[in-house]
Amino acid sequence: MKKIIIWILFIALFLILSIGIFDMPTSPTLDAPSYNETIHYYLENGVNETGAINIVTAVITDYRGFDTLGETIVLFAAIVAVSSVLRIPSKKNEEEAQKHE
Amino acid sequence: MIILQKILENINYLGGIALFLIGLHTVVTHSNLIKRIIGLNIMGTGVFLFFVAIGNVTGGEPPIMTEDNIGAIFINPLPSVLILTGIVVVVSMTVYSLSLVIRIFETYGTIDQKELTRLISEQNNHD
Amino acid sequence: MNDTILKSITRIIVPFIQVYGVFIILHGHLSPGGGFSGGALIGTSLILFTLVFGVKKAKVKFSERVAEISGSAGIIIYVLVGIVGLVLAGSFLTNIEAGFPAGVAGTLMSAGMIPIIMIGIGIKVASTMITLFHTLVEEEVR
Repeated sequence: MKKIIIWILFIALFLILSIGIFDMPTSPTLDAPSYNETIHYYLENGVNETGAINIVTAVITDYRGFDTLGETIVLFAAIVAVSSVLRIPSKKNEEEAQKHE
Repeated sequence: MIILQKILENINYLGGIALFLIGLHTVVTHSNLIKRIIGLNIMGTGVFLFFVAIGNVTGGEPPIMTEDNIGAIFINPLPSVLILTGIVVVVSMTVYSLSLVIRIFETYGTIDQKELTRLISEQNNHD
Repeated sequence: MNDTILKSITRIIVPFIQVYGVFIILHGHLSPGGGFSGGALIGTSLILFTLVFGVKKAKVKFSERVAEISGSAGIIIYVLVGIVGLVLAGSFLTNIEAGFPAGVAGTLMSAGMIPIIMIGIGIKVASTMITLFHTLVEEEVR
């Protein structure tokens, strides 16, 4: 019974989201609203301004370089978070265990 | 017929939505914490597919300006750039949640959500 | 794991994966790829090594000290390149206006600071992947 209710709920959710998609301007052409003047600027001036022929790389490291710096700092934060969860308390536990022994 | 055409036009977006809902179903119905993390990853993949599909242009070439494709139609490079950030964030989130699961297993001896709720409520009652 | 086939194949295949990762990093401004994909490849090769030969041998090849230094070096390279732009052109992470050589578009030695930043990102991503994997695996064994 529970499973049937969950399946009905998820199918309803899929239909609702699909109706939302059908109302979106999704045509894969140059007229799509996501293909705006920013993209045209990148494609026309990217090679001259950065020297890189790969526009994705030009945007990652030059036009939006500060964003990528933040990305690397997210990786650094991941290392710090995992180390703070896994390494330090386990050492304390070991020391306590040795003291009890 | 129009509906079939609409579905074929938007097949990328529908795939993204389907992946998102599969992940959500995994998160909701399973009580194993590792399976829930896998569900979160599938949800993230669905969102990435949806976002990258926005940049598609029919007959477009990848945005690499060699001498062969001067004047060609290029796809939209910006969604690909933005999704890179999302991938890094999902990797960090996955690793952090896995480390928390390891700690939970060391403390309680189980990674089942229902079992954990029972153990914690018993502990609270005991106190 | 004590499988001879696995060990021999891993010994042969790991250098090739690493060379391919370096290729992807250095050609980030010419072809699809870049620091993130190439760094992930190099990290994956070291994860393969850890899975086959065990954590102890992998720690000899890639110790915690190396992980600390390389992980910090990636970000430091990035920030130093940005500061060069700040000093020479007045804004952080300026590329060609700050005097980095532009070169001929389409060749390997072009695009100013982009290859340097790509190398920094590659070092950072590779060391992050292998450090996180070692941390998780060590805990599990204990």
